Amino acid sequence: MRVELTEEQEMVRAMAREFADKDVRPIAAEIDRDARFPRETVRRMGGLGLLAMTIPPAYGGSGTDTVSYAVAMEEMARACASHAVIMSVNNSLYCEPVHQWGSEEQKQRFLVPFVGGQKIGCFALTEPQAGSDATNQHTLAVRDGDHYAVNGRKIFVTNGRESAAALVFVQTDHEAGHRGITALVVEKGTPGFLVPRVEEKLGLRASDTAEFVFEDCRVPVANRLGEEGMGFKIAMSSLDSGRIGIAAQAVGIAAGACELALGYARERKSFGVPIGQHQMVQWMLADMATAIDAARLLTLRAAALKDAKKPFGAAAAMAKLFASETAMKATTDAIQVHGGYGFIKEYRVERYFRDAKITQIYEGTSQVQKLVIARSVLGGA
Amino acid sequence: MGTAFWCIVEDDRKGQPKKVMAEVLTEAGRLSGGQAEAVWLTDKAAPDGLERLAEWGASKIWLLESPALAPYRGEAWVPVAAALVSARAPKAILGPVTSRQREFLARLAARLGVGFAADTVGLELDGDTLVATRPVYAGKLLSKVTWAKTPWVASLRPNVFKAGDPQPGRAPVVERPSFTVPDATLTLVERREEVSTGLPELTEADLVVSGGRGLKGPENFVILESLASVVGAAVGASRAAVDAGWRPHRFQIGQTGRTISPKLYLGFGISGAIQHLAGMRTSKVIVAVNKDPEAPIFKIADYGIVGDLFEVVPALTEEFKKLLGK
Amino acid sequence: MKILVPIKQVPDTATQVKVGGDQRAIETAGITWIISPYDEFAVEEALRIKEKRGQGEVVTVSLGPDRVKEALRSSLAMGADRAIHVNDPAFAEADTLLTARALAAVFTQEAPQLAIFGRQAIDDDMGAVPAQVAELLGWPSLYWIMEEAIDAGGKTIRAGRQVEGGLEVFEAPLPCVLAAQKGLNEPRYPTLKGIMGARKKEIKDLKAGDLGLAPAPPQLSVVRLEALPPRSPGRIIGGEVKDAARELVRALREEAKAI
Repeated sequence: MRVELTEEQEMVRAMAREFADKDVRPIAAEIDRDARFPRETVRRMGGLGLLAMTIPPAYGGSGTDTVSYAVAMEEMARACASHAVIMSVNNSLYCEPVHQWGSEEQKQRFLVPFVGGQKIGCFALTEPQAGSDATNQHTLAVRDGDHYAVNGRKIFVTNGRESAAALVFVQTDHEAGHRGITALVVEKGTPGFLVPRVEEKLGLRASDTAEFVFEDCRVPVANRLGEEGMGFKIAMSSLDSGRIGIAAQAVGIAAGACELALGYARERKSFGVPIGQHQMVQWMLADMATAIDAARLLTLRAAALKDAKKPFGAAAAMAKLFASETAMKATTDAIQVHGGYGFIKEYRVERYFRDAKITQIYEGTSQVQKLVIARSVLGGA
Repeated sequence: MGTAFWCIVEDDRKGQPKKVMAEVLTEAGRLSGGQAEAVWLTDKAAPDGLERLAEWGASKIWLLESPALAPYRGEAWVPVAAALVSARAPKAILGPVTSRQREFLARLAARLGVGFAADTVGLELDGDTLVATRPVYAGKLLSKVTWAKTPWVASLRPNVFKAGDPQPGRAPVVERPSFTVPDATLTLVERREEVSTGLPELTEADLVVSGGRGLKGPENFVILESLASVVGAAVGASRAAVDAGWRPHRFQIGQTGRTISPKLYLGFGISGAIQHLAGMRTSKVIVAVNKDPEAPIFKIADYGIVGDLFEVVPALTEEFKKLLGK
Repeated sequence: MKILVPIKQVPDTATQVKVGGDQRAIETAGITWIISPYDEFAVEEALRIKEKRGQGEVVTVSLGPDRVKEALRSSLAMGADRAIHVNDPAFAEADTLLTARALAAVFTQEAPQLAIFGRQAIDDDMGAVPAQVAELLGWPSLYWIMEEAIDAGGKTIRAGRQVEGGLEVFEAPLPCVLAAQKGLNEPRYPTLKGIMGARKKEIKDLKAGDLGLAPAPPQLSVVRLEALPPRSPGRIIGGEVKDAARELVRALREEAKAI
């Protein structure tokens, strides 16, 4: 068994780390404080190819593998989890489904401009009464000639305000339940597509999380991804691969907090020695390091399975579950290592703690991941 | 093989040797038992400049004076110096680390087919060989190097080697060997002077005041400049301050900037990243002021004040004024 | 225009370096290797010249063991067209002059119009190789370059070198050696496309014999590598700001005799 990255994957890591350290880390605290979307660095990420890593060169991407994507996500989150989620949504939840399910004409219109950072995309699935139960879609699309008339609401849309187009899941056949869900690409500026509000959040404050309202919004049938009724499948397969990205983000958050805790444990003295010499602190650091390594290995395994075109849904769910729980625990302990200073914004570790929480919730809560894992291990039972 | 230690003269381009030559000549004299000889390639040497070299310890001055030697061009200097080396066979060729000598000495060594040790901070004889000490890996380690044959070519870091007391009135012994300067292909098009700050040049200054991210903005360097003008110090900056665009790059102290060894270094709002320490850790006395008691710079500082630099700098400026009667 | 860019692989600045078992080199286990930062300025400048002229070839060259391939591959990912790896144990203890001889032999084979180096490698900080290659080839060299411009015909270059108190702009005929100073440019990150494309580019392996070089001993050799002697612990001056300032100035005058 090989557990080493290839030379190319190492180069991706080195590039992502350098960019994250030099260009992202210095602004991370400020954009978190001001809840400011980092347009400039996001545009540059597009130029480097980080916003659509797995898209083939024919559409302007670089055709890197999922392992490289996970590695780059971890490096980005280590510096700033907001940048990481912006990256993850454009990669896994917008570009990949458009590439996988779109027609050639749709790819030219809705994929190519979203690969290099000129435009970014988003994924609108969650509704006020449809979170974990994504089958319960209330946004309705009624066919009217060569258009759909869309009415409804979507919430918690990452990149919602900043995006130029949204992958929106609508109900085209109410009777058919989740088999009546259809995916539409809806461009900003389409009459009746409104963005009434952007949420104030605990963490990931520099990413934008918007609410969408559709009021008799006329969307061309030509914007439909796949056939009517394929929306649920598109959403679920996107989320399967999205989970690998979120797992990697969680690993990065945990690793970033752990680095701060290690730095502090080496510098800070109590009872005449660096606190890292105290067993109680060592215990926390050892647990942290072990869990992070385990989470990273689970994440890379899920990515490698996807690259090998093998079933990876359960592996991605395990990775996302374990990595996000690790992120929460590691960031909590990293603050503990810092003592009172950890509670102070200037020491930066509290941002990791706030950013960690959402990884247990979005793209499937920890409870949903357990459901997926349990179904997988029980088989058809 | 001769026994003389040659010292390549660095001058102010106006006929006067720079004071760093006192350090090089003293060290060469110590190692050679008084046979430190100056070699001066210049378009014009001032007579009192020659006297100064003698006072600083040059037992002889090889004066190579020609308009074709200015401005410095390696292609012109190296053949001239190499011809004299073949004729006189010095045991060593030393020079201070300066913008032109770092290139000149390397080229000369290649022409002579001998070893070159750059930026040395210590030189000792070991039997019949010379051993040089040089900081390597950002100053984290010291490397001791030696030569396979003479002449030993080395550059010396300014402000590290001790200059001896000058010997006033010592008459210069000047030799003017004949030489020809080959045509150089390089031509000087223009020289852009930096706007003079009225403060000493960073790498030559005995005292350096330096600011980092703790200054919070370019406008606040004013308080360091007023402290610097009271004590006659050069003003430097950390990479963080330079990368933020607060100071031009030529003021950066550190691994990717200037290396300095002043008698006194005062760092304000500088955390002390490895890359900064690489550029100033051979300073004789280091003072650090930072509000973070855990800042790594305190580990190498001789004196530290944990506090707000915006309070400490004005207080220090006042105290220095009192001390210096200004 | 063909531009050669010699690069050196060095330990990352953040890496802890320790003296190795033989006391003459560092312990290489666990070290993260990077392209020396000044060499990245050189690669960047070469790429910019090629882009500006709309044609040309950028070739990177490095001496060293197998691991050096990674640095060359990174330069290819940044955009260099091909690379040359001089990989021969004969150069294991090379000094700057042996390195310069090997590079000069590569230059003779490749016949570039321009060579751009970094001003020094950040491991041994010698900064001698660019000048020595130029001397061996009889080319002009310009150190600590902050700006450059090549004439439209590709015959001459103007380059501004940083000197004490200012900048000196020289004109030189090509071929010529430049040594890049920080501030010349801001090196690009390799793009993902560049990284994925690097594999398809050529890295040519050369031995000393391929360059017509006979084995030779170094002219300068390392006797011993030592850890830095620790500085004696300093003194934190406490108390009110005014009192601390007064005490510091007193100590600098009376104890340290620094002012």
